[in-house]
Amino acid sequence: MTWLRLAIANLRLSPLTSAVNMLLMALGTASIVLLMLAGSQLSETMTRDAGGIDLVLGSTGSPVQLVLSAVYHADLPPGNISLEDAEQWADDPRVRTAIPLSLGDSYRGHRIVGTTPEYAELYGAGLASGRFWNETLEAVVGSAAAQSAGLSPGASFEGSHGLESGGQRHDSHPYRVVGVLEPTGTVVDRLILTSLESVWDLHGAGDDDHDDEHGHDDDDDEHGHDDDDDEHGHDDDDDEHGHDGDGHEDDDHADDAHDHEDEPEHDSGHDRHDSSAEITAMLLTYQSPMAALTLPRQVNAEGKLQAAAPAIEIARILQLVGIGLDGLSAFAWVLILTAALSVFAALYGSLRARRSDLAILRCLGATRGELLLALILEGLLLSLVGVVLGFLVAHGAMELLGGWLESTRGVVLTGWTWIPEETLLLFSLFGVGAIAAAIPAVQAYRTDVARVLAEA
Amino acid sequence: MLDKKTPSIDVSDLTFSYADKTILNIPQFTLDRASSVAVIGPSGCGKTTFLHLLAGLIRPNAGRIEVLGQRLDELKAASLDRFRGRHIGLVFQRLHLLPALNVRDNVLLAQRLSGSGGDAGRVAALFDQLELSGLEHRMPSMLSQGQAQRVAIARALVHGPELIMADEPTSALDDGHAERALALLQSSARSVGAALLVVTHDQRVRGRLDGELDLEVAP
Repeated sequence: MTWLRLAIANLRLSPLTSAVNMLLMALGTASIVLLMLAGSQLSETMTRDAGGIDLVLGSTGSPVQLVLSAVYHADLPPGNISLEDAEQWADDPRVRTAIPLSLGDSYRGHRIVGTTPEYAELYGAGLASGRFWNETLEAVVGSAAAQSAGLSPGASFEGSHGLESGGQRHDSHPYRVVGVLEPTGTVVDRLILTSLESVWDLHGAGDDDHDDEHGHDDDDDEHGHDDDDDEHGHDDDDDEHGHDGDGHEDDDHADDAHDHEDEPEHDSGHDRHDSSAEITAMLLTYQSPMAALTLPRQVNAEGKLQAAAPAIEIARILQLVGIGLDGLSAFAWVLILTAALSVFAALYGSLRARRSDLAILRCLGATRGELLLALILEGLLLSLVGVVLGFLVAHGAMELLGGWLESTRGVVLTGWTWIPEETLLLFSLFGVGAIAAAIPAVQAYRTDVARVLAEA
Repeated sequence: MLDKKTPSIDVSDLTFSYADKTILNIPQFTLDRASSVAVIGPSGCGKTTFLHLLAGLIRPNAGRIEVLGQRLDELKAASLDRFRGRHIGLVFQRLHLLPALNVRDNVLLAQRLSGSGGDAGRVAALFDQLELSGLEHRMPSMLSQGQAQRVAIARALVHGPELIMADEPTSALDDGHAERALALLQSSARSVGAALLVVTHDQRVRGRLDGELDLEVAP
């Protein structure tokens, strides 16, 4: 306690120097911790959002883009695919579950996903209130989406074209909210789910122009509407859902290979579509891990569709993100090194002025070892305060950043977490402080008391 | 730890050399318990070196030093530090109060390092005796020379040492302050029954203590 009080008193004697040292250490620590928290939670979030999906079927193009768009809803999809083509693979015995997704619209930044109730089940998202859809243009809203968009059962809203905000609104085809999902901490929280038919009805199933909704192939008409007066290509004004004669002949699939009535696991919930119906992606889970060896290769070899494994693409994305994080981490460690050098300089610089103090401490009965520890204690104190401050700043900043990212990007990050690597970092940084103080401490240990007193 | 007959300091055949030059050569010196001595001589005659040898801050080249019955050469470095802290009180010409600590903490630190920490009553009594009451929370930089000297003496006495050694305690003081400082050291040593050794070249000190050791004429 004696030495601790003395160390604190000595640090208080040079408040500016001490504050600068602590601040440097805090900045370096905060940078590293922030990066560690972001990296760790990003990895966790991506894995959690993959929801056990083994394979994504979608349009040919970039597999990363396909996974980002269909699994994380963080990118535009590469294009649409034929439902019929996708269902050929959904019926494969190696496939346990197949969930279709049809994208194209959004509401206040939340994507409207045409799918089946199994999609919510994939993430363990039960209903917090209401029910799932029974009819077209009924929607079930994820918890975060419901909160940010102010939607609850009974509310209605109009979706907008495109997956980003600012698209043209479907003024005449409002959705009606019939349910709200429980929070899951996954991507489904920020989505608005509806039936495939709702999406088809709004955009005209089988309409080739639907490809253009994703904005990848169209030069001037993002949503490919042939008729300016009929923004969704609805041929029949009396038909509320705009089905043209060729678009949704239920019988087309009622009795053929796409009839899944006896296979609930494969039931995509779409009870009416024609052979030209399109979806954005199909999410598959395997019956057995062995399927991973053959199924993706077969799908890709056939060429109509692209198969992308989220696990592989996550690893690829995290590797890319990791390179960036490593670069930033290196910079943060430079800050730590600067702080350590600053602690060293402060203690070493003060030694000359304090030589007589050290000498008098020896006269009062302090041993050489105690002087050594006293200096190390000062270095530790400087780093302790800086490191603790850095951890607090990092966690606080992560909480603020997480709140902002959740509201704007739907990415869930929190500062209220402690990852195991932080414990290691904590002790490492104390070690840095002790090492920075080591040379001054050895100098203190070697103080020639008689000479110092004689010179004084 | 001592019987009354054991001298506070007993030195024989003491030699200290530096860079092949003999700085100090004292065949015999004894300071009895509760008595006082002035170690005098011109600058450079080894007065301060003698004090440092007696305090165990440096080791002699030859000879025996016994302080309070303890042969210093038998103690290892850390034990010697502890012995010094516990049994000896040191006062220097430059007072060396720790600038980071206030008056009270400067004195308490000495008490703690001596191993007799926690006696707040003794600290308060000492502050009364040395007229330091009311200055406890002042920083050393806020003290006058006289106040600082009294704090340095309080620090040397707070653990009840059996030997007090002072190095040039009056050299930088005017007559009035020198008189007061010397009187304070004598009365303080007397009050705790300690022996007093004062190293000085100040002629004003001569004849004020029980004995003298003149290093210039030391045999």
